[in-house]
Amino acid sequence: MWKLLQIELFKIFKRPRTYIPFGAIAAIILIIQLGLKFDGQSYLEMGMSSVSDTFNVPYSLIMNGYLVAFVILNTLLIQIPLLIALVAGDMVAGEANMGTLRLLVTRPVSRTQLMLVKYAASVIYTFLLLIWMALLALFLSMWIFGTNDLVIARDTVIEHIRKTDVMWRYIAAFGYAMVALSTVAALAFLLSVFAENSIGPIVATISIVVVLTILSEMRIPLYDNTVKPWLFTSHMLAWKGFFYSQSNGQGDTIAGSIENLPSILRSLSILLGYIAAFVTAAIWAFRKKDILS
Amino acid sequence: MQKILLLLSLVLAAFGGQAQPAAELLQKVRARLDQVNDYQAAGTMKTNVSFLKEPEASVTVYFKKPDKLKIKNDKGISFVPKGAVTISLNNLLKGSYTVLDAGTDTAQGRKVRLIKLLPQDENADMVLSTFWVDENRLLIVRARTTTRDNGTYEVELYYGKYIAYALPDKVVFTFNVKNYKLPKGITFDYDDGSPKKKQAAGDGRGRVELSYSSYIINKGVPDNVFQ
Repeated sequence: MWKLLQIELFKIFKRPRTYIPFGAIAAIILIIQLGLKFDGQSYLEMGMSSVSDTFNVPYSLIMNGYLVAFVILNTLLIQIPLLIALVAGDMVAGEANMGTLRLLVTRPVSRTQLMLVKYAASVIYTFLLLIWMALLALFLSMWIFGTNDLVIARDTVIEHIRKTDVMWRYIAAFGYAMVALSTVAALAFLLSVFAENSIGPIVATISIVVVLTILSEMRIPLYDNTVKPWLFTSHMLAWKGFFYSQSNGQGDTIAGSIENLPSILRSLSILLGYIAAFVTAAIWAFRKKDILS
Repeated sequence: MQKILLLLSLVLAAFGGQAQPAAELLQKVRARLDQVNDYQAAGTMKTNVSFLKEPEASVTVYFKKPDKLKIKNDKGISFVPKGAVTISLNNLLKGSYTVLDAGTDTAQGRKVRLIKLLPQDENADMVLSTFWVDENRLLIVRARTTTRDNGTYEVELYYGKYIAYALPDKVVFTFNVKNYKLPKGITFDYDDGSPKKKQAAGDGRGRVELSYSSYIINKGVPDNVFQ
């Protein structure tokens, strides 16, 4: 199995297109960092205008590495599934397109094992992409902007987290994002089984994610209470829950607390359920598949 | 005629007799405050505003005559209300004003004198200040300031170890807050599916509680602290 995984990883990293997401992520992050470095205050004033009527807002201190990382994650974790689909959608369809799939299944490994290894390779790729993102978004931002407390503007409340209470939240958020992105990888992987070239599953995955994300973000009561709670895109933003802390009756935040941990765990279990369903369906379909190419 | 004049003089004496002590009393209180040229105070700050989830902060408060005041968070960020300069009573008593005796009231379980100040400068931001003055201890225990543009501020002062300098151990500062709301499209706020808790309407007021643990008084504070 390990040898098979190494081969799959070799195949992934031999393709030039594998590196496109790494380049795209680096470019987006550097553009955001550059913009916030030179005009971060204008960006903050947009969200803090009503607060600045009452308080002296220390913009220069609020614009620190932790906030910049949060802004980047806010932007990228919506777009990054599209980059994941580039590789995961190619896992089976790419082999079919190149005519190597039939050769592959003649090897002395079961189709189930083969599919599990291929999905594991997709997950490792996703993991490496997230590590790359963490290095640039979090650690590079910390180096460029320094660190201080994290202040987050939500729709009805402003969260203020002490800097000593921030790093574990990022670790948890990246861990959660890993599961969320693995769900997209599983979807692309499933669609990849049904195609003979990789364009179809990649475009289909992107389309599904875009449509469901729009549905998740829309405020239409008909969908809010029926479909929305079960869409995986509704739960992909739950990483933010790690940055929402509890407060006591007097408004003081409680260090190390999470506002609604059961909700995050519920979202996590739904995503894990989707992964299990998509991968199981992919294996089932592949086992039944009449491989002609 | 003589009776009318006598009555008039009695009335004038009565009013004049009250107005003079109010100004005198305020003068004595001001003299007590004047003995402090500067201070640096260490303490904690708790903020209670309906839309702000703010941790308790360790702060240092710097003051220098005539009206410089700075609240600095030692280890992070703090949101300091704009009217917080009024926690220094010197800032409320500066300038020229008309003193009005408004009788007596009760504050912090004590009978106190109520004194109102009307600024003589018509363009001043402060419209009216009311002081609750402990006549026996020569201390201001509460002050309320109505401003032209920023609503009303109220400061409640609790004295202890530093009473000799008329410096409080604890200050509770109450101020007006505006509503806070951002569109979800901007914040991409995560909807955890739980029933939406409405933002506590409160009374449109915020509170900041400053508890001082120590003061360094009249040892000099550099001007660059206030920049």
